[in-house]
Amino acid sequence: MSQQEIIIAGFGGQGILSAGRLLAYAGMLEGKNVSWLPSYGPEMRGGTANCHVIISDDPVGSPILNSATALIVMNGPSLDKFENLVVKDGLIIADSSLVQRKPNRNDVKYSGIPATQIASDMGNSTYACIILLGKLLGSTGIVSKENFENALKKVLPEKYHHMIPDEMKALEIGMKY
Amino acid sequence: MGEKLLMKGNEVIAEAAIRAGCRHYFGYPITPQTEIAHYFAKKMPEVGGTFIQAESEIAAINMVYGAAGAGARVMTSSSSPGISLKQEGISYASGAELPAVIVNIVRCGPGLGGILPAQCDYFQAVKGGGHGDYKMVVLAPCSVQELYELTVEAFNIADKYRILAMIMGDGILGQMMETVEFRDKEEIYEADKSSWATVGTRMERDHNVITSIYIDPEVLERHNQKLQAKYRLIEENEVRCEVYNCEDADVIVAAFGTVARIVKNVIKMAAKEGIKVGLIRPITLWPFPVKVFEKYAEVPKAFLSVELNAGQMVEDVRLSVNGKRPVYFHGRMGGMIPTQQEILDKIKEILK
Repeated sequence: MSQQEIIIAGFGGQGILSAGRLLAYAGMLEGKNVSWLPSYGPEMRGGTANCHVIISDDPVGSPILNSATALIVMNGPSLDKFENLVVKDGLIIADSSLVQRKPNRNDVKYSGIPATQIASDMGNSTYACIILLGKLLGSTGIVSKENFENALKKVLPEKYHHMIPDEMKALEIGMKY
Repeated sequence: MGEKLLMKGNEVIAEAAIRAGCRHYFGYPITPQTEIAHYFAKKMPEVGGTFIQAESEIAAINMVYGAAGAGARVMTSSSSPGISLKQEGISYASGAELPAVIVNIVRCGPGLGGILPAQCDYFQAVKGGGHGDYKMVVLAPCSVQELYELTVEAFNIADKYRILAMIMGDGILGQMMETVEFRDKEEIYEADKSSWATVGTRMERDHNVITSIYIDPEVLERHNQKLQAKYRLIEENEVRCEVYNCEDADVIVAAFGTVARIVKNVIKMAAKEGIKVGLIRPITLWPFPVKVFEKYAEVPKAFLSVELNAGQMVEDVRLSVNGKRPVYFHGRMGGMIPTQQEILDKIKEILK
């Protein structure tokens, strides 16, 4: 596919923006053109956070997404807000520990993963978004596992590099779910 | 070129400034450009530079005046309401012919407005937001890579002509991350500032005086004539513009910065429907690419200026096209961004 357009959305503090950045970085390491655009409006204060990531074979035009080939949501309001932006046959991945309902659409692929629960059982709830990214990688092949690991090394400060094996474990759980 | 990095636009501006030899930054925080100050606060001590969070925007621009007067490469940055506060200093620095770089990551107004992207400061930047007959070179990047390249360029132009250069972006450019490749070494215009800057007399010459006051009207007129001659020279030499897909275009869209990116997507959509859309993207908003519009004035059926404001650059497009073709306008305000579809609909409406 020539251009993948991903919206990642949830509450501030869940690692939404970092997850998007990791994905974009991995895309760049694949040799693709990428952009990452965070929401920086007033809604960030205590409310929802989201970011738009584009990974494309061609130069990226507008970094603002009016539609998405994939949507990752980590809370209910984000599903309400972005569900209709997903293209037909697109993918919705939800953290079913936090999102109570399923999508209303039946023309999209849907995966619900209790990511926060799984991550908490692993001992670190911040891995939840990595698990969801794993599902995205597994379903779409958007970036390789190797480049995701390389992106982790680039993005994470050195003092957190000891977490990378666990993050990769979380990614694999998502990929196989 | 070096390693490919994924960086935020605002951070790239600051990194570019440091690479261009800027060692003095004075600013006051305001969304959506505060990451520029963050980056300088962290990096300036590492390179032996000065970072000061001033007590206000007005203080910051006057610190810029002082440092530029002493011959230093210096920068300040802000967003719209803060840039309004700096206008007095901008006029004074222009009168005193001081080189410096000012960044405006524009947000929507008027007044405090909102923090979302806008281009509503076009008039203020290119027509003179402060008093007097002065001009600033205004550069409008449309990507993170261009934020880097044009920031370096802005310092060189400023030094070459002793003029203020402004980088005008918006919250999307400032906040987004995109791939950037830095050069190993920058080409820096080395200006000899000793003839005018307050770099010390060593008791060997008279004082250099940095001023914008000229009480004698004949002297002041001559000073103004000198400024105007310099502006004409810049108009001759420093126009930058991207022309895309304009040969045989049905409609040529004029757009700068973020909007130009959206328009490039529109061009692809339109092509699928058999409509040929071109883009003229002014990179220097002043000097405006008048000759480029003149060259293409009779190519399309009409021009369309798309902006994040109520219609500002469209006036310069109309002046340049000079009545040879109709010039339409489509704009959004308040932080709303036009969708590709709505721009395409407007193009179709024009062609009806």
